Amino acid sequence: MTALAWLIPAALFLGLIGLGAFLWALKSGQFEDLDGAAYRILDDDEPVVLNSKSDQDRDGR
Amino acid sequence: MALAEQVSATDIARDAVDRPVLARQGHDTAQTITLIVENMNCGGCMRKIEQTLASTPGVQSARTNLSAKRVTVVANPDATDADQLIGRLRSVGYRAAELVDSIGTDAARPDRDLLKCVAVAGFAAANIMLLSVSVWAGVASDMDPAVQRLFHWLSALIALPAISYAGQPFFRSAAEALKSWRLNMDVPISLAVILAAAMSLYQTIQGGEQVYFDASVTLLFFLLIGRYLDQSMRRQAQGAAQNLLALKGAWVTTVDELGATNRIPVRALAAGMRVLVAAGERVPVDGRVVSGTSDIDESLLTGETLPRTAAPGEQVFAGTICLTHPLEIETTAADDKTVIAEIARLMEAAEQARGRYVRLADRAASIYAPAVHILGLLTFVGWSLSGAGWETAITAAIAVLIITCPCALALAVPAVQVAATSRLFADGTIMKVADGLERLAEIDTVVFDKTGTLTMGEPRLGNGGEVDDEALSSAASLAVSSRHPYARAIVAAAAERGLKILPVQDVHEEPGAGLRSGHGASQTRLGSPAWCGLLEESNEDASLWLTRPGMPAVGFAMEDKLRSDAGNVVHRLEDAGLAIELLSGDRTRPVAHIAQSAGIATWHARQRPSDKIARIDALTGRGHRVLMVGDGLNDAPALAAGHASLSPASAADISQMAADTIFQGDRLSPVVELLAVARRARRMAFENFAIAGAYNAICIPLAMAGLVTPLIAAIAMSASSILVTANALRLRTMAVRLSP
Repeated sequence: MTALAWLIPAALFLGLIGLGAFLWALKSGQFEDLDGAAYRILDDDEPVVLNSKSDQDRDGR
Repeated sequence: MALAEQVSATDIARDAVDRPVLARQGHDTAQTITLIVENMNCGGCMRKIEQTLASTPGVQSARTNLSAKRVTVVANPDATDADQLIGRLRSVGYRAAELVDSIGTDAARPDRDLLKCVAVAGFAAANIMLLSVSVWAGVASDMDPAVQRLFHWLSALIALPAISYAGQPFFRSAAEALKSWRLNMDVPISLAVILAAAMSLYQTIQGGEQVYFDASVTLLFFLLIGRYLDQSMRRQAQGAAQNLLALKGAWVTTVDELGATNRIPVRALAAGMRVLVAAGERVPVDGRVVSGTSDIDESLLTGETLPRTAAPGEQVFAGTICLTHPLEIETTAADDKTVIAEIARLMEAAEQARGRYVRLADRAASIYAPAVHILGLLTFVGWSLSGAGWETAITAAIAVLIITCPCALALAVPAVQVAATSRLFADGTIMKVADGLERLAEIDTVVFDKTGTLTMGEPRLGNGGEVDDEALSSAASLAVSSRHPYARAIVAAAAERGLKILPVQDVHEEPGAGLRSGHGASQTRLGSPAWCGLLEESNEDASLWLTRPGMPAVGFAMEDKLRSDAGNVVHRLEDAGLAIELLSGDRTRPVAHIAQSAGIATWHARQRPSDKIARIDALTGRGHRVLMVGDGLNDAPALAAGHASLSPASAADISQMAADTIFQGDRLSPVVELLAVARRARRMAFENFAIAGAYNAICIPLAMAGLVTPLIAAIAMSASSILVTANALRLRTMAVRLSP
């Protein structure tokens, strides 16, 4: 029975991690564009384009 | 206009705006622009669009959203603007338009909040079930009572916060209903959940066995899923409708006293401002012509197919198309006398009448909810009187509430709606309002508009067989330099025959008359009989003539072609027992012709917007349920007056706002499909009521007799929910036919 003392908290903790991960994903906009995200994962050079662009902008100002 | 503002209030902002990273990049000078990209379909498009925009000077970031077909751009307003971005996208082959008024609004929020509730309820339901299953197993295997109590306390610890968070959508709606002395289905739901939780908490404190946290949380979880599906489908449809509107352009070019031009949004226009309208553009606002003379296509406003000529000093109306020459227009005050204001007023009045419609689920709820409460109360009173303890009495009452919990109404009807709406959506028919399907299912009369609805809305050459290639090609050589619909029809006819069109130089166009090239006796003219100098017309059907030096005059008859499947659609609707009528603002002859070729027996020509409303009201008065199908500004009030309404995607903005449903494409068959799906959906909703009713008829007596614990009630309820949902989902793929 003593196993319950840590098994239940462990189970709840794992569940909470899952819940937290989902809420985080929701908040950070990962469910905004379900169709687009499927393609975006294949597109690996995109962040480079955006960052270099905004860097240039900032340097230029 | 009040209408436009209503729509913007329901704006959908698929925004990357909130994201902290972007917000930091875009601080002080940056501005967020939302563009709609109509033909963005794949990952390649997304990357190309983002790269194109990101390489535009002044753009700080660009992020596409494929589901919404939108792209959010953060840019420096000094360096670039929406027009330039749209131009850049056009140069790489994408049709884009700016979404005005989306900035700052966030209509996706209710959706996200509901999804959070679903997640919390799902988490709680799974974990409480884990504990509950152990307790049930413990009953058989002699569980230590202390461990059982511990498990009950743990359940309470999970359930109470979860219920107080995830139950809010229901509690709020129930509280609102109670405040106005009504009952809706959320009242028994809230009551069952709260009572079950309170009762379980009491039992837990007392160390009793009647603990039903699992039941209340599972119930919440299932009901929330239904609500989420319903809401997200509707939001998707609204977003699509809004994209369609925005693609039609909401910007105008104004010119001030010094001659400088500005691009401003239509709604920023004030009386007295001068607006430039290029040939081929839609007139954005009611006004008086200051300079320029042009033919104006008023078919959207009046249903009239023939253009009118507007000269300086004359009034032109918003929604009409300037065909031949650029115009400068002075905006007139948007007082109640303008045509648009009149139409908007008629529409508002008609919409109020329709606001009285009560949805199927609500009608059922108005009978069902009181019955549920009375049964619950009777159970409690009955058990109390029979001498059982109040715990037993209240447990039985809770079981009755949970058993009767309106899954059929809260889940099954939305499930049918979602299945039907998503099926229609895939076919290009956009359902804009929640109760549209239910109203469509009751339709017994269909009223069509002519121009742009039954017909394509643009003239075609009607007597092609009588015109030889040579005459047609010389007419086309002149016509190619004009935007007049007749001229376009000639060019299209020539292109269809594969004739070579050699554009003629020095073509002069006289608005309202015709085209000419050459000088003196060697002139070639294309236009009205008077323009061509013909006094006697040999062919009275012909409205356009070609005269060439030394050749007999050739007449071209123009007709507004029916949509290719119009006759077939009318036939199928009649076979299904629907009455069909044609109401048009056009002249008697063309209306009679179209009515005959489409096979419509009842038709009325020269109908003004108020006449159309009067006709629909008369039909409604005789007990008919009218579906209005129309596209013009003049149809907008009638669309609002009909029991249900449908517009093609080519319709005027105001009509698309008024219509419940918008269909895309050149064919009319979506009308048949829509009615068939709506009727089928209604039948399925009743099937679901029947399933739920049968289940209630069996379970309620058992529950009142105290034979069903709340947990079994919750499981049985979930099973019936799954059954009705599965039934509804069949609608996505099943073949439907419109039958009497």
